[in-house]
Amino acid sequence: MPSHKRIDVSKVGDVTVVKFVDRKILDEAGIQELGAELFSVVEHDNRRSILVNFDNVDFLSSAALGKLITFDRKVKSVQGRLKMCNIRPEILEVFQITKLNKVFDIRGEEAEAISAF
Amino acid sequence: MSDQTSPGVWQLSIDLPSERGSNRRVTDELLTQLGAHGWPPADVFAVHLAVEEAIVNAIVHGNKLDVKKKVRVECEVSADRVRVAIADEGPGFDPGSVPDCTAEERLEAPSGRGVMLMRSFMTSIEYNAAGNAVMLEKVRGPADS
Repeated sequence: MPSHKRIDVSKVGDVTVVKFVDRKILDEAGIQELGAELFSVVEHDNRRSILVNFDNVDFLSSAALGKLITFDRKVKSVQGRLKMCNIRPEILEVFQITKLNKVFDIRGEEAEAISAF
Repeated sequence: MSDQTSPGVWQLSIDLPSERGSNRRVTDELLTQLGAHGWPPADVFAVHLAVEEAIVNAIVHGNKLDVKKKVRVECEVSADRVRVAIADEGPGFDPGSVPDCTAEERLEAPSGRGVMLMRSFMTSIEYNAAGNAVMLEKVRGPADS
């Protein structure tokens, strides 16, 4: 598994759990790096059941939303499954305002999300 | 850059260079001041998001990262109101022309959500006629007090 700067990757059963290193996901360079690392989980590591855990995330910008959308598409393009969990209420509100809660499979806690795969 | 404090009110005026990341010079201090003025975390998040989106729009879309152009930012924070004015040196745009990012066919577009988020998270946002300056305002509601 390649080393990552922006994400921590672990496995729980068949599910690959991705956590963000940064509490704030907002600067363009960081978001590009984050995107490349997320993509590598699918392209390099061939993971197909992926849970993105937002436990560590306090803030994200609309540029980060764009990256999550392209990642979601990437996973779907290889018939993989992507779920998200542990999203704080303010960020959940961002997803609801932009209706991305209809695009993403958003769950509550990590254990609940893993059991839903 | 000027940073003044009259009783209970913090003000800041600054010209930012049109380079990515320069907005941190404002947002870090603004967030500190919101906390110092007793704003709850949910409102701090809201103001942070709106100001981040507006300044990045000004730098990237307004001034197109032109190093000869500046983004003027003026902030005023009190216990019950925050106002942030952001102006770039670009030609401006028509905020009414931004397509609805929640329309079915645009739901998965990778960009175009900034203005909607600003409107949703602030009490009011108002563009000038040219569309190259925006005033963001958040008034602290009774539920926040």
